[in-house]
Order: sequence, then C-alpha cells, then structure tokens
Amino acid sequence: MKNKLLARVARLGGLSSALLLAGCELDVLDPKGPVGEGVKSLILTSTVAMLIVVVPTIILSLVFAWQYRQSNTSAEYLPKWCHSNKIELVIWGVPTLIIIFLAVITYQTCHSLDPYKPLEAEANTKPLHVEVVALDWKWLFIYPEQGIATVNQLAIPVNTPVDFVITSDSVMNSFFIPRLGSMIYAMAGMQTQLHLLASEPGDYLGESANYSGRGFSDMKFRTLAVSGDEFNAWVDKVKSSSEQLDSQTYPKLAAPSEANPVEYFAHVEPGMFNTIVAKYNNGMIMDKTTGQMVQVQSAMSDMNMKE
Amino acid sequence: MLGRLSLSAIPLDVPILVGTFLGVAIVGLAVLGLITYYGKWGYLWKEWFTSVDHKRLAVMYIILALVALFRGFADAIMMRTQLALAYAGNPGYLPPHHYDQIFSAHGTIMIFFLAMAFMTGLFNFVVPLQIGARDVAFPFLNNLSFWMTAIAFILVNVSLFIGEFSQCGWLAYPPLSEAQFSPGVGVDYYIWAIQLSGVGTLLTGVNFFVTIVKMRAPGMTWMKMPVFTWTAFCSSILIMVSFPVLTVAVALLGLDRYFGMHFFTNDGGGNQMMYLNLIWAWGHPEVYILVIPAFGVFSEVVPAFSQKPLFGYGTMVYATCAIMVLSFLVWVHHFFTMGAGPDVNAFFGIATMVISIPTGVKLFNWMFTMYKGRIQYHACMYWAVGFMVTFTIGGMTGVMMAIPGADFVLHNSLFLIAHFHNVIIGGVYFGYVCGMNFWFPKVMGFKLNESWGKRAFWFWFVGFYFAFVPLYVVGFQGMTRRLNHYDNPAWHPWLLIAEVGAVLILFGIVCQLMQLFVSIRDRNLAENRDFTGDPWNGRTLEWSTSSPPPVYNFAIVPHVHELDAYMHDKENGVDTRCAGGQYEAIHMPKNTAAGFLVGAFSLILGFAAIWYIWWLAAIGLIGVIGTVIARSANKDIDFYIPAEEVARIENEHTRKLMAQAAE
Repeated sequence: MKNKLLARVARLGGLSSALLLAGCELDVLDPKGPVGEGVKSLILTSTVAMLIVVVPTIILSLVFAWQYRQSNTSAEYLPKWCHSNKIELVIWGVPTLIIIFLAVITYQTCHSLDPYKPLEAEANTKPLHVEVVALDWKWLFIYPEQGIATVNQLAIPVNTPVDFVITSDSVMNSFFIPRLGSMIYAMAGMQTQLHLLASEPGDYLGESANYSGRGFSDMKFRTLAVSGDEFNAWVDKVKSSSEQLDSQTYPKLAAPSEANPVEYFAHVEPGMFNTIVAKYNNGMIMDKTTGQMVQVQSAMSDMNMKE
Repeated sequence: MLGRLSLSAIPLDVPILVGTFLGVAIVGLAVLGLITYYGKWGYLWKEWFTSVDHKRLAVMYIILALVALFRGFADAIMMRTQLALAYAGNPGYLPPHHYDQIFSAHGTIMIFFLAMAFMTGLFNFVVPLQIGARDVAFPFLNNLSFWMTAIAFILVNVSLFIGEFSQCGWLAYPPLSEAQFSPGVGVDYYIWAIQLSGVGTLLTGVNFFVTIVKMRAPGMTWMKMPVFTWTAFCSSILIMVSFPVLTVAVALLGLDRYFGMHFFTNDGGGNQMMYLNLIWAWGHPEVYILVIPAFGVFSEVVPAFSQKPLFGYGTMVYATCAIMVLSFLVWVHHFFTMGAGPDVNAFFGIATMVISIPTGVKLFNWMFTMYKGRIQYHACMYWAVGFMVTFTIGGMTGVMMAIPGADFVLHNSLFLIAHFHNVIIGGVYFGYVCGMNFWFPKVMGFKLNESWGKRAFWFWFVGFYFAFVPLYVVGFQGMTRRLNHYDNPAWHPWLLIAEVGAVLILFGIVCQLMQLFVSIRDRNLAENRDFTGDPWNGRTLEWSTSSPPPVYNFAIVPHVHELDAYMHDKENGVDTRCAGGQYEAIHMPKNTAAGFLVGAFSLILGFAAIWYIWWLAAIGLIGVIGTVIARSANKDIDFYIPAEEVARIENEHTRKLMAQAAE
C-alpha cells in the first residue's frame, strides 16, 4: 500500500519536473547548427553514462540510511564488518569502466568538436569569413570579403560555414552564441578561431561569456541567420550606411560605451583586424598558416594581393 | 600625507553601505561596551588573543568563519535579489559598480575566510587530539596564522566603508584587474587581503604537516592514523605546494599595478594567459584542500553513528592520496575555451574525470559503512546523508564540465555556478557543519541542540536545491555568470525560484544561530552535559580525554596498538588515560602577544600600501620585522605544569567519570 503510494508520488514528481523542463526552452540543448548538435549529443550521452552510477549511488545511500536505522532492530547488524574484496572490486571497477568510456568519447569529441577545425560544407559553398573584435562593451564584426563592418549585429547565411577569427581590443571576453554551439575567448594581441554553422534561419542571442567590467551585462548582439539572398540584401543595406571605419573613426568606436546600439559601416579599411591585433605585438602578427610572426604591413600587402 | 585617501573615498552616497556601517557600528560598540562592562578585556587578551593553545585557536577560527559566513551570505542574497528584480528594463537596486564588488567579495570571502578558516579551525581542534599530541609543532606560528587570516578579513571589510572592493571577480583576471582597466583601490584591497591571509594559510600547512609527521603518539604508524588526520595531512601538503603559486601570481599582478611592470598586461610583452595558468595551478588544488578534510569528517562521523568501523580504511587512504596527486594535473579544465589544441584539452579533461573514480570510491565506502550498521540519527548523520545525495549530483555535473566539448557551451554559465556551489555547499559546507556538530561537545563540554540542528539541516538542504537547480536550468538556457541585469523572459521565473532558495538558506543560518543560542542556554541540563568526554562512543583518541580537554590534552601520552585506538582500548579494557598513574611535569609553550602584534602591524602595512600612504606602510613593515626579531630573541617562551597540578586535574576528571558511571 505504502509502496504504491510512494511509486505514485515518484511518478508524479518525475512527470511534473519533465513538464517544467518541457515548458522552457533550453537553448544549448535545442541547437540550430551542427556544432551545437554535436555538443548536445555529447552532453546527453555522457549524462546517461554517468547516471548508470549516480542513480544507484543515490538510491542505495538512501536505502541503506533507512534500512539500517537504529530503530529497525530486524535489520542485520555486523558491528565488526568493514572489508570485502568483492565490494572493493565493484566500487573501483564500475566507475573505472564508465570513466574509460567517457575518456574515449572525450578524446574523440575534443578532435571532432575542436573550435579550430573548419566545418565541412556542401559542395560549392564557400565559407564566410568574419573577424570579431571584443570592445568595451560591444562586439565589432568585420566582413573582410564584403568590406563592411557592424556593431552588435551579426548576419550569416544559413548552411554556410562561418570562419570566425576573434580578438579583443580591451580585456578578455568570450564569444558565445548559445544556439549555435561552442564559445572561445577573445584576448588582446591574440587571434582565436571558431567555426560555426547555422542550419536554420532565426534570430539568435549572442553574448560575452566572460565578465569584462561595468558594461558587461549589455554586451549582447543578435545573430541573424538568413537565406543567401537575404544575406546579400543585408550586405547591401550595410553598404548604404554613411559611416566608414578607418584609423580616424575607429578610436571613437573603441572608446568604452555601454548598451551600444547596432551600427553599420559601409566601408572598412583593409587590414583593420590585423592592425588591432598587431598593436599589442610591436606591429607583428602571427601568420596562421605558417605560425611565423610577420610585420603587419606585409601581412596586409599579402592580403591585398590575394584579393 | 594620506596618499590616495580622501574624504571622497567614504561612500556616503550609497545608502546600503551607510546603513550597513551604522549597523556594524552599533553592534560593534555594543559588543565592546559589554566586554568593558563585564571587565573581560584582560581575560580575552590573556586567555584568547595571545593564546597558543590549539583548542582556543580552533574556537577563534570557527567564530571568524561564522562571521565570514554572515558577510558572504549577505552578499549572496543581495545578488539573488538583484537578479530576481533586474529584468526587462528594470535596473534592479544594485548598480554595476556596487554589484560587481559584491560578487567579487562573495567569492573571496566564502573561499578564503569562511571555508579556509572553518577548515583550519577543525584541523586545529581535532588533529593534535586525534594523534595523541599535546599541541601542534609550532604553537606560536599557529597563533600568527590565525591573526594573519583575521586581519586580512578585516581588510576586506574595511573596503566596504573606505574606498571600494575589487570588481574583477574572486580571481581578478587580468587585464581587467590591471591598473589600466581598474585604476581604483579595489584590486589593491584584494591583493593585500589575499597576500596577508596567504601567509597565515601557508604557515598552517607547514604546521600541520610537521605536526602529523613528527608528533603522532607512539605506535601510531601511518596506516593506524585516523582518516581525518590523513585528510588534514593531504590537505596540508596541497597547501604547501599550491599556496606559494598563488602568492607569486598575485605578487606579479601587484608588481604590474604598483610598479608599471608587464607580466599580465595587454601590451609590453605581458600575457594574461600566464596568470590564468598560475592562478588555477593554485585554484584547482585549493578546492581539494577544502573538500578533502570534509571527506575526513564524514569518515569519522559515519562510522561513529553507524556503530561500526569505516568500510575500506585502506582504500580510503589511497583514494585520498590519489585525489591529492591528481588535483595538480587538472588546472587547464578551467579554461578549455582559451584555444588550446584538442590533445591538450583531452589530456586535462580525462585527468579531471579520473579524479571522480577515487571520489566515487569514497562515497561507496561511506555507504557500505552504513550497510549492516545501527545508524543513530543525530544531526551529524543528517548532514552526512544529505551530503552523499547532493555531492553525487555535483560530481556528475563536474564530470560533464570536464568534457571539453560540453564545456564549450557550459563554461562560465550559471550551470558552472550551480556545479561548484553543489560541491562546495553540498560537500565542503555540509562536511564542516557536520564536523562542528560532531566535535562541539569535545570543545565545549556540552552538546549542540539536536532539534535546531536538524531544522538547520532541512532548511539548508531544501534551500540548496531551490537555489541552485534553477541555475542549472538557466545555464542550459545560455545565461552567463556575473550578469547584473537581463531581458530574457525565459530566465526570470527560474531566478525567482532561486531567490526562494536563498531565503530558505537564510532560515537555515538562523536555525544554526538558534542552535548555538539554545545549546549555550541549556548547557547545564544533565542530558546536554558531557562529563565522560566520549558522548558518541567514539573510536579515536580525541574522545579519551575530558571535554573540554585539559590544556595539555593528555596527561600521559597514549600508546596506540590498532587503528581506531580508543575503540580498541575500550573493547579490551585498556585504560587509555592511565588514570591514577605516575604523572610528570608537562612542558608547555607560553602565550605570546607577538602573533597579534605582527597581525596588527600587517594590517597597518596593507591598509597604507592600498592607499599609497608610504610613511605609514614603513611603520607597519618596521613593526612586523621588529616584532619578529624581538620574538626570535625571546628565550622565555615555555614553562612546566607541575606534576601535582596535572594530578589534581586528572583526579578531578576521574572523579566526575566515576560519579557519572554511578548514576
């Protein structure tokens, strides 16, 4: 009788918590891109693997704690018993097996989900390059191929790999779009890389995941994942802006500001990103293909030649 | 003359701080007034402030920890209230300048002044008694350690009313904490508080390491040492190895700020990544410094109340040592998102999850200690069982975050906050409170009230889940830590639930205060008094002396034959105390004011250096050095308790024991 009641209560509890969770959207467990999908399945697999130990542990602790209470004199009492090789084997063995399993998937996913690894795209899809600069307290996005820049708004075409190169012109931040997957730090004088892809159109929250001072809470941006045509239209809209980003206008933008509105720059001075990185390294920048430090001037001229 | 200090440093424009100041001033004056009224200054000075007795210092450490708990919790509930309010355009009641100081102070205080002080208090009380020693190896250093910790905590609280505290989080990551981005005195308060308390902690580590290596009772070989002492030993090793790293990291940051150097600056060849590596090379061992002794507490409490020996003593020792070693190999898991390669991340991720194996084994050992036992449900056991359930969940979320791929979306989110509060509250805090309930009668000679203890547990336990399960959820919703306000409607209901949790925890703290109050009020009731010194039918040597123990702990140093030495003696009819034996004069250290004076001069030095008042800093520094020289030259530092006095105290205790047995 009592057990039935307990079971019913347990079922009710489980059901209501499931309902509660279903009622709210869990952004990182409802991803809109392959990176997020990979992370999600990793989280779910590892959680299930660990629950194999965790659930029995919790249940057994409670069962033992109840069963062997002092008032239950019908339970066996072995006042000297304190060793069993069999039990020791199980309590070392089972967790070890689970950790071996987790270690294997950890190693695999460290490689498959490496933020620096370019994503595979469908044929004929060229990745989009975006250079990201964390400023006090806003995000600057430079589109070198389009020659435009924006603040606090990132537009990307769906089903196109996006190659981000990220730095900071201030303190450390972390570049994070929860719906798309992984984050990476933004640090002055350094370039970190991240590869993301949006497989569904939408308007996703972007944020800094590393506290950066007074204006941190409003250091948010919108990520507009749109079709290729809409993306081109967006680029044209940015190009119709009257603002330009060059060595004259940049310091004004870089000065600290809080809750900065979205801004568009129709034209960006080429090599702007490299200049921002190089100013912390005596004018040098690391060439990502060779790993060599090169003068930013030559890096810029290389880039010009390629274009 | 006053450096950077001017009247504008006093935050008269912040009503919360003015109110707090008035509150602190009124309570402070009342306490000082009462001490003066009852003429207790001399008693406090002679018997407590200058005491080198490890038992007295333990009590002072735990009082310091409880005061730090109130301060740290006040910060916590203010943050939760801010986040419950500051939604959809409402700025809340704490502007970023104030809020950022609060979360920085909360973390700093809870780790350095609540957890570390509580832990050191337990070490001080239990370790010498458990190993049959008469004091620690360096009693004067013990007193000095306490004062360094205490004045560092005072310094943090001075920042409330004079100037500001750091706004850079509890680890003050550069470049944000560099002079360029944080020109105020906040980070300097942080640096000096960490450095001064770090001296105290390092000396504590050295002290207990030497005490345990050199001062165990005859016969107590390594594998006959109680588990709590083992954990204190491992924790002391971790302190000795890791705290110097913290000192160096923070000192380099100080050099950047005070002398314009470039260790961690953006430019001039500085490298912030080096700071992250250094601070976590200390920071990760630090969490094991805290939690390993909590494991030690459960390893004493669960057998005592299950009325059977600890299951798998050997495994427990090896597991503890394995955790100690592994804790040095995992620091990179705090920054998987910094751009290290996949192999580096995989190594540190896997090393981290390997720690969960010995930790899991410990949990199973406590479970199998309960198995086929006769569990007495004192308040201690509530905390222990609550710990087993809660800590298991915290361990699981920890392993999740140890997988770099998962950490890429959970890093710095509220999921992380929920995880580490899950292990620090559910592991460290539950453990220390459990230990306090367990050893309190030994310290004071009377038991803590059971009903209020259980009420405190239930409020803490339920409050914990209300406060932190919502944070796991909003973590999955992409909410990052340290936000001051937000506009995402999905987060708001969860943060309201978390606020309810914080209020429940507040009730838990109130119940703990009530428990202390009621216990002290009813201390003379027969059922609360403990004349035997052994209220729980304990297994280890600390229960063989009177409660509270005499100043010399053991009139005749006990001989150890087995693990659980006292239980062995009781079962075999051996008189551990050798009552009525031939007593000898006992050599004891004299009390000294030197620790207090070094502390006071260090406080002056720290405060002056924060405000660039260099002449005052020089006075402080000269004072510290002068006191140390004077103390070193002092040969009059010990005395003997005559054999007759020892016999008188011991016979008195024997008389009480027999009276109690006759009842």
